[in-house]
Amino acid sequence: MTALVFYVFATILVLSATMVISARNPVHSVLFLILGFFNAAGLFLLAGAEFLAMLLIIVYVGAVAVLFLFVVMMLDIRVSEAREGLQRYAPFGAAVGAVLFAELILAFGHWRIAPAIDAVPHLGQAAGETNTAALGDLIYTHYVLLFQACGLVLLVAMIGAIVLTLRERPTGRRQDIERQHARTVADTLELRRLPLGRSVRELGGFARPTSYSEAAAKGSYDPHAPVLSDESRGE
Amino acid sequence: MIATLSNFLFHTMLGHVVLVALETLAVLVPLLLGVAYLTLAERKVMAAMQLRKGPNVNGPFGVLQAFADAIKMLTKETVIPSGANRFLFLFAPFLTFSLAMVAWAVIPTGNGIAVADINVGVLYLLAISSLGVYGILIAGWASNSKYAFLGGLRSAAQMVSYEVSIGLIIVSVLLAVGSLNLNDIVLAQRHVWFCLPMFPMFILFFISALAETNRAPFDLPEGESELVAGFFVEYSALAFGLFFLGEYANMFLMSGMTSILFLGGWLPPVGIAPFTWIPGPIWLIVKILFCLFCFIWVRATFPRYRYDQLMRLGWKVFLPLSLAWMIGTAGFLMATGLLPHQGVS
Repeated sequence: MTALVFYVFATILVLSATMVISARNPVHSVLFLILGFFNAAGLFLLAGAEFLAMLLIIVYVGAVAVLFLFVVMMLDIRVSEAREGLQRYAPFGAAVGAVLFAELILAFGHWRIAPAIDAVPHLGQAAGETNTAALGDLIYTHYVLLFQACGLVLLVAMIGAIVLTLRERPTGRRQDIERQHARTVADTLELRRLPLGRSVRELGGFARPTSYSEAAAKGSYDPHAPVLSDESRGE
Repeated sequence: MIATLSNFLFHTMLGHVVLVALETLAVLVPLLLGVAYLTLAERKVMAAMQLRKGPNVNGPFGVLQAFADAIKMLTKETVIPSGANRFLFLFAPFLTFSLAMVAWAVIPTGNGIAVADINVGVLYLLAISSLGVYGILIAGWASNSKYAFLGGLRSAAQMVSYEVSIGLIIVSVLLAVGSLNLNDIVLAQRHVWFCLPMFPMFILFFISALAETNRAPFDLPEGESELVAGFFVEYSALAFGLFFLGEYANMFLMSGMTSILFLGGWLPPVGIAPFTWIPGPIWLIVKILFCLFCFIWVRATFPRYRYDQLMRLGWKVFLPLSLAWMIGTAGFLMATGLLPHQGVS
C-alpha cells in the first residue's frame, strides 16, 4: 500500500517537474511547479516527516510560489524569446544537473562523508517523541548557533535586497498617517476679513502653507472672529 | 449483527474507508447547511442592523431563501468568456471550494473527536488556508479580464501579507501550549481560555481573519466601486456559486480556528455541572456562531479600507505587534518557568 502511494506521488512529481520546463505558457509552468511541491510534500508525509511536509506547503506553496505566480502573471513573456537563450544557458544547466546526479549516486551508494555520525547521541528521534519536537530539539538546543547564523545570512540577504531596490522618490507624495490624524482646524482653515474690492493677495495673502511639507501658521484661524457680514463688506 | 458491523467497520480495509466517509459526511453536511443558512443569517442580521426586514417571502421568516438562491444559481447558464483559459477558469472555483472543505478534516469537535487527529493540525490548517489564494489568483488570471486580474492580484498580496501575522499569532499560542495538535491546544485552555491572557492577539487574529477571508472592511479583491466584482466578475451560475460557498465556508473555517485557538474550542466556559451537561460539539458551534455574528456585525459597521492603508496595517502595525507579543510571551513563559516541557530534553 505504502509502495503504491509512493509510486503515485513519485510519478506525478517527475511528470510535473518535466512539465515545468516543457510547458509553453510560463503560468502553466508555475502551476506545475506547485503540483510538484505538493507531491514532494506527500513523499515527506510517507517518510513520516509530517512537519517538513507542512512546512514545504506553507513556505513554498503558500508564499514563494504565490510570489512567482504573481510576477509571472504580470510579465508578458514571449516563449520564442525565452527559447533563444537556450543554447547559451544549456551548458550551465547541464553542469547543475550533473552535480545533482552525482549527489544522487552518492546518496544511493550509501556513501557517508562522516561515518562517525551514528555516534552522536542527540541525532535521531527518541521513542514517543514527535518529529516536530525532535527537529526543534536538534535545531534549537544542539545547533542553535548554526541556526542563528543561517538566520543572519537571510537577514543580510533581505537588507541587501531592500538596499538594492529602495529608491527615494522626492517627487512622490508620501502619506503620513500620524500627521493627518494630528491635523486640527487651526492648521487648515483661515478666514480673512476682506474690505470690498480688495483681494486677499493685496492684503498679503493667506498664511496657509505653500508646500505640502510645510505646516500652516498656528493660530491663523480664529473661531471667534466675526464672520463677513453685509456691514463689514460696506467698509 | 452489531458485532459483525463493528468488526466490518473497525477491522477491514473497506470498513475503514466507509467509516472515514461517514465521518466526513458528519462534518460536511452540517457545514454546508450552515453555509446555506449563513448567507440568510447575514442578510437578516444586516437588515436588522439597518432597520430593514431582509428576506421574508420564501417560507416563514424567509428560511427557504437559501434554497431558492441555490436553485436559481444551478439553473443559470455557465458563461465562459472568450479568450479565457477554459480548464483553469473552471478549476479555480472547485479549488476554492474543496480547500475550504478539506481543512475541516482536522478540526476537533470533542475530546479527540476529529476526522484526522494529526500531530501537526495547526500547520495543516495554516497550509490549507494559505492555499486559498490560488483559487482567487487563478480565477483572476484565467478570466482574461483586467478587472478580474486586478482583483486577483490585490487578493494575493493581501492574503500573503496577513498570513504572516496570523502565523506569528499562532506561534504565540503554540508557545503556551507546547504542541501542534489542535486537541492539545483546546485541552491547554481547561483553566483559562487564551482570549483572556492574550486578548490583544485575539483581536489581531480576528482582524487578520477578516482580511484572510476577504471580508468587509477588507473586501478589496471584490471592491465593486472600482473593480466591478473583482476576481469573480466573469463567473456565473455554478462556478460563481462555488466561489460563494467557498467564501462562506472559509468564514466558518476562520471562526473555527478563532474558537479553537482563543475561545477554548469544545470546552464549556466553566467546568461545572450545568455547563458540562451540554456536549462539546454544541459549545464549538455556539462559539463559531458568535465569531460569525462578529464577521457580519463588522461588515454592517465599517466602511471599506483603502488598499494602501490595508497593506500598511498588515505590515507596519500587525506584523511588529504580533512579533513583539511572541517574543514577550516566550520571555514571560521562560522567566516564570511556565513554558511547557521546560527542562525536558
